[in-house]
Amino acid sequence: MSFLELQNITKIYPNGTKAVNETSLNIDNGEFVVFVGPSGCGKSTLLRMIAGLEDITGGEISLDGNIINNIDPSERDVAMVFQNYALYPHMSVFNNMSYGLKNRGISKEEINNKVNDVAKLLEIDQLLTRKPSMLSGGQRQRVAMGRAIVRNPKIFLFDEPLSNLDAKLRNQMRLEIKKLQRQMGVTSIFVTHDQTEAMTLGDRIVVINNGVVEQVGTPKEIYSKPNTKFVAEFIGSPQMNLFQCKIENGLAKISDMQINLNNSLNIQDACIGVRPDDILISDQGEYSSSANLVEYLGSDMIIYSSVGGQEFSCKLSSKINLKAGDNFKFDISPSVLHIFDNTSGQRA
Amino acid sequence: MTRYISSTINHCILLIGLLIMIVPVWIIFASSTHSSLFINTNGLQFFLGDNFIENYSRVLFKKSGFFNEITALKMFFNSFIMATGIATLSVITSLMAAYGLVYFKIKYATILFWLIFMTLLVPLELRIMPSYIVMSKLNLVNTFAGLILPISASAIATFFFRQFYKSIPDELLEAAKLDGTSSWRFFIDFLVPLSKTMIAAVFIFMFVFGYNQYLWPLIMTTSEQYWTVVMGLKTMYGSISDRFAFVIMSMIPPVVIIVFLQKLFIQGIFQNK
Repeated sequence: MSFLELQNITKIYPNGTKAVNETSLNIDNGEFVVFVGPSGCGKSTLLRMIAGLEDITGGEISLDGNIINNIDPSERDVAMVFQNYALYPHMSVFNNMSYGLKNRGISKEEINNKVNDVAKLLEIDQLLTRKPSMLSGGQRQRVAMGRAIVRNPKIFLFDEPLSNLDAKLRNQMRLEIKKLQRQMGVTSIFVTHDQTEAMTLGDRIVVINNGVVEQVGTPKEIYSKPNTKFVAEFIGSPQMNLFQCKIENGLAKISDMQINLNNSLNIQDACIGVRPDDILISDQGEYSSSANLVEYLGSDMIIYSSVGGQEFSCKLSSKINLKAGDNFKFDISPSVLHIFDNTSGQRA
Repeated sequence: MTRYISSTINHCILLIGLLIMIVPVWIIFASSTHSSLFINTNGLQFFLGDNFIENYSRVLFKKSGFFNEITALKMFFNSFIMATGIATLSVITSLMAAYGLVYFKIKYATILFWLIFMTLLVPLELRIMPSYIVMSKLNLVNTFAGLILPISASAIATFFFRQFYKSIPDELLEAAKLDGTSSWRFFIDFLVPLSKTMIAAVFIFMFVFGYNQYLWPLIMTTSEQYWTVVMGLKTMYGSISDRFAFVIMSMIPPVVIIVFLQKLFIQGIFQNK
């Protein structure tokens, strides 16, 4: 039995909106799981149901062997870091961190020790007497984390905690969260709409769309073998190229470009996906096109082009000399292709 | 140059406004330090006389009223109790009412709130008979409770607190819930300290409102022991300088409360920023 089990979880709001639909998921002890999906896909709702901040319309959540559907949030032994941190504005950093412990009737001495230990760990021990209004964004973030850590909960829940930070700080905090989670080994669920965060943080990623889990897997599995067209498009930057085509006897026809798939597939309405970095540009390439736009990114560059009216991009080393308007030749190996059936959206 | 002229004009206008406010008060104060005889013969005075201590101590400690049962000092005490009582109770009741309306799942909470708000349309003067009957049936005539209770719930204060609570992000409540707070503790540990500035403002407002009550204490009290300062203003039958001294003293308590709480008010604004 898993540490956290979600069974057929459904959430329907009073106005009839179905936010989460029959979602089942098992999370092991100590695992770092990331819920990722576009805005409004139900990932935050799912997290809030685990926290107990949202009623569950249907299904069962069990934590450490106990069903927690009707257990009060404070008794679930979960800690949450909110997007806007939700620090208590009228309390000092110390009181912010110790409030939950006080409510649990822990002795003053123990509270002092715990708060000081965690403050040292997060390097906020100099800030304990300050009010949240006197802290920078990064420091507030740390206090919010500290408040969660100090309680030593069974699960950490992160609700897009990095989205209010600037890019540099976000990368730094991302690494720190990962490091802390490894160090403490506490089961964590992290909600984000940023696929980079999801890829870098998670032991496993849960891709959610329209309240339905599209795919669960390690970052590598999700990236290299997306189950659905949605996952293929959502994960990876720049986005995966998708070509609408017809497949007859293993031969995909994208206008005048023909790719031999080396199989005997027959799909009327198919979609072929190729990651931009899987397109190989070489003078001996089988296909040719012209670059409409070139984006220079330092070590890499991205070329935007089109074939048969369908746009695509390829990512390559910026050492290659190619300008907008230039013609180039390229190859696509059948082994890197992702084939989806357009009618179901599923991987073929 | 034009800037200089416009700023001079601005300052002149402000100065005139200030004088219009202060000069009458000053004349009353200056006159109150002369003897009545002097004022009766020479008219109102702009400069201080030498009867300050004599006049003021006489007014404070002399027994007056129809039956000579009450001193001005006792009236100040009565007014202070009444105003503080009204202000304190209004703050408590409206804080709690707003808490209930905003944070609890009450059916028709909005309608309930507007019902409360509608009571603003019914001033005390309009419900003075029923209020009196209720109070007298409760045997509260000639008591502080009778003076305070009927005016101790404020719709406007409830409105202010409600609007303020609505501006507090939900995450704060959620974080507190996860930290194991109860609804009572959330009120005491979060809403009350967060509303500190608002409490100070409502307290000032209701204190002055309570202090200025005239008709209600007039109806509720038959014993001179419960007279308030504002009632005294009407019924102090002393000499002219005594009356002036009493008017000056009657202004002090509200001013003190405002000055004292304004400090807290400003402090609060800076803390919560």
